[in-house]
This record gives sequence, structure tokens and C-alpha cells, in this order.
Amino acid sequence: MMSAPETMIDQLATKAEVRDLHFYYGDFRALKGIAMPVHERRVTALIGPSGCGKSTFLRCFNRMHDLYPGNRYEGQIVLQPENTDLLAREVDPIEVRMRIGMVFQKPNPFPKTIFENVAYGLRVRGAHSRRGLEEKVEQALQEAALWDEVKDRLHQPAYNLSGGQQQRLCIARALATDPELLLFDEPTSALDPIATASIEELMHDLKQHVTILIVTHNMQQAARVSDFTAYMYLGELIEFGVTDDLFIKPRMKQTEDYITGRFG
Amino acid sequence: MGRSELASRKRYELLFGALGLLALAIAVLTFLTLFVDMAVKGLPRLDADFFTSFPSRRAANAGILSAWVGSTLVMVVTAAFAVPLGVASGVYLEEYAPKNWVTDLIEINITNLAGVPSIVYGLLALGLFIYQFGLGQSILTAGLTLALLILPVVIVATREAIRSIPQVIREGSYALGATRWQTVRYHILPYSSPGILTGVIIGMARAIGETAPIITIGALTFIAFLPPPPVQADPPFLSFDWLWSPFTVMPIQMFNWTSRPEAAFQANAAAAGFVLVFMTLAMNGLAIWLRYRLRRNIKW
Repeated sequence: MMSAPETMIDQLATKAEVRDLHFYYGDFRALKGIAMPVHERRVTALIGPSGCGKSTFLRCFNRMHDLYPGNRYEGQIVLQPENTDLLAREVDPIEVRMRIGMVFQKPNPFPKTIFENVAYGLRVRGAHSRRGLEEKVEQALQEAALWDEVKDRLHQPAYNLSGGQQQRLCIARALATDPELLLFDEPTSALDPIATASIEELMHDLKQHVTILIVTHNMQQAARVSDFTAYMYLGELIEFGVTDDLFIKPRMKQTEDYITGRFG
Repeated sequence: MGRSELASRKRYELLFGALGLLALAIAVLTFLTLFVDMAVKGLPRLDADFFTSFPSRRAANAGILSAWVGSTLVMVVTAAFAVPLGVASGVYLEEYAPKNWVTDLIEINITNLAGVPSIVYGLLALGLFIYQFGLGQSILTAGLTLALLILPVVIVATREAIRSIPQVIREGSYALGATRWQTVRYHILPYSSPGILTGVIIGMARAIGETAPIITIGALTFIAFLPPPPVQADPPFLSFDWLWSPFTVMPIQMFNWTSRPEAAFQANAAAAGFVLVFMTLAMNGLAIWLRYRLRRNIKW
């Protein structure tokens, strides 16, 4: 007999499939044989204690590790529908980053105007038409629920915004280029509870059309925003499942210890 | 007991503050004394004619026209070579160079170059630019020599300015699909420009006072004509003949005058020195103002 959540998983399209992923910082193996799906238009949360490799894992998806010497991937992250392995040698990391957006832990707006921040991704892709840029910028700011707050000061410096607004600006900046997958690396750890709530609400709206992968150190947040959760420990994937199941009846003892606060 | 112990700690606090102030006072007073002495001797000689006259055998008729024009043109050449080379080297070392022993070797050499005495640059220029390349005892040679001299300063300033840019800004740019050049062009260069500019101007302020390398390459000490003008009335309107012209610069003019026995020439030297110090201070002031202006819009 098939349980309800499994049926749900079967019906979902997969956006990416991680296959036996190992990652090395020089000689240090930070990820050990991770395998899991990322479901399309769902939020998948990565949780685990500090140093478990969740951010390292997230940064494999947009080949961020290629920026630094001595890093090495093994295994595959296969992006659907075309079935391309993001980690393959012949795949250009820039091409990967053009399809997969990222929002960082600390809001990192560029020291430019609000407009230029959002337009940046389009500009690096060679967009020139003022009209086209204006349309896309407005659309992205609307999607990030920031338009009404900034529409009268698009050409003012972005650092005048509050922390929560800056983070929504960074989300708008990532959305402007229509990413298929959006990576969030502890996006609310530098924000107050009200700003955090607005970002979480935003994620809920965004998953209507974009797949989201989020690293969070906050288990309540994982429970609130995600459909699926992966628990990692010391570079290994301990358990992956539907969020409600994982939090209510974890299969692994280690997961249970972590989510009940017995360690970590 | 606690109270008396605190009192003794506070005495040391006061002592250190006083020592620091004393050290500062010695430095400032020394400079002020020299400056005031020079101003008292030189200011009576400073009038419009002083700036518009060529050197002369009669002290009262002598001026610094050829010297300040020479210094200005040499500085233009210096900046034209040192800025692009220095900034590009700094960007390469920070953003492009792989971390290996070749890069380390280059870095050590640049740091050492900053400590090489300027006369050595003069000898290098004499051998390389004049004898090897045949550039002559010209403004071009002088500009290239001083450009070499300040290149390490520009490179180090560029690297420090680039290093102060937070890594999350770079990552933000790359994460949006930017190439390395786009990241440099839209972020690294604009955000580091205040620091780079400051370094360039401080380097130039050092170069404008350099005498030894300029004498080595054979600048004239007495010159009664100006280089050909860079702008002319006939097509093609711009001329680069001035690059090949003989020249003199401010510190050499001063040196020339101080070595004369007549007191009137000493006054001339003091007046020229006053102008040179003023030029240096003006450049430093410009550096501070530009840094302030440009940094206003860069925050993270």
C-alpha cells in the first residue's frame, strides 16, 4: 500500500536530480555522496548543524565553487527538462548562473541605484533598450513585493533601503532574469522577525512559478516555508522527505535528535 | 586598593597621550619652521612675472616658466603611462592571477621596487630609454622614468582598494551570470576608483619633487624656451613634438639656483620651493577631496 506523501512525490515533476554528489575543498571532502531530487515549483529546505555542508551543497547548484581554486566536484546535478549535468566539465559555469539565481545570507545590493541593481542581470546579458529594461525591472520588483515601496525612488542608492527591503531587492535582482531555480542561502539570518515574515511570505508566492532551494539554520522556518526538507550532517544527507513527515515522524534517529533540539 | 590601582593605570594613559602629542608636535613644527622660513625668503619674489619669465643671469629677472611647464608636461606623461599600467597590474594580481609561486614572485618584486632608490631608476632610464631606445633627453624619457618610479605605488594602492571590496559583492555579480571582465568593469573598477585615485595622486606628488633620476637622464638646468605647444592652429591641430623636447623641472631649477653664490638667487630658490610645496599640497588636497566625493556613493 502506498502512503499519501509518496503518491504526491510521484506526481511531481523534478527540476533537478542530485546523483552521488561529492565535493572537495582541496583534500577535504565536504560532501559525501548526496543523492536527492529537487521538485519543480516547490520549496526544498536544507537543514542541519553548522558545518554540515548545506551551504556548500547549495553553492554547487550555481557552480559558485568554480570561483575559487582547489575545489572539485564529483557526481552529477542533472537539470530537467533537458537532462544536462550542471557539473559537467564542458558546461560553462556562467551559463549555469544565467539559469539559476541566488540570494545571499547578508543582503548584498551593489552600491548603485535601485534600478541599476535590478537591471544588472539583464545588462550583463546585453540588454540595452531602456523600455525593455524598465518593464523587466518593474515586473521583478512587483514579484519581489517591493515595487510600491520604491517606485518613486528607483534612481536613488540601494543602500538607503532597510535590511528587509535590501533583501527583497536582491530577490528582485535575481528574478529579473527569469531563473528556473532560485537558491536562498540563509536569506533571513541578518533580518528582524517582521522582515523575515515578509520574505517567507514572498517565497510562498514565488513557488507558483519558480523552484526554490533554501538553506536555513532555523528549523521553524524550514517547517513554515518548505514542502520538502533534507537533513544533512557532516557532509552526508541523513534524511530527505516531505517536510511535514520529516518533522512529525522522522525515519532516522539522528534527524529526530536534531529537530527535537537534543543536539546541533 | 582598587582605586589607587585605577589611578596608576590612568597615569599611564595620560603619559602615553602626552608622548604621542609630543611626537606629533615635533613633526609638525619641523615642517612648519621649514615652510615659514621658505615663505619669508621666497614670498617677496612671488609675482606674476616670476611665473612667466625664463631663467636669467640676473636674479631679479629670472622666473620659473620653463620649470613649471616642464614639470606639468612630465607629470602628464607620467600619469598617462603609470595609471593604465599600474591599475591593470593591480586588477590582474587581485582578480585574475592564479595563486602560485609566479604570482608570489611578482608580488615580492613589486614590494621591493617601491624601496629602490630613485637614482637607480635614473640609471635604468639612462641605459634603457636613452641609449637603447634612443628617446633622448626628452620630456618623454623623464615621464617614463617617473612613471616607473611611481608604478609600485599605483599597483599597491590599486590592490588595497580592490581588496577592500567585500567578497559578497563579487559573488553577487557572478551569481547573476556576469563574466570576470563584466565584474571588473561594473564593480571592481568603479568601487576601487577612490582608493586608486588617491594612490595615483600621492605617487604623482612624490614624482613631482624627484630630482636625482631627472638629473641622471640629463635634464637641462638652464633653458630659455618652451617645448612646442601640444595644440596648434593648423590641421591636425594636435602635436606631440613636445614629447621630444629638452626640458627642466621645478626641483632642478631650485637646485640650480641654490648652488649660486648670490643671495638674490637664494630668494628665487625659496620662491620656487614655495610653489613646489604648494603644488604638492594642492595635489594631496585634491586626493582627499576626490576620495571624499567618490566614496559618498559607495557603501556596503
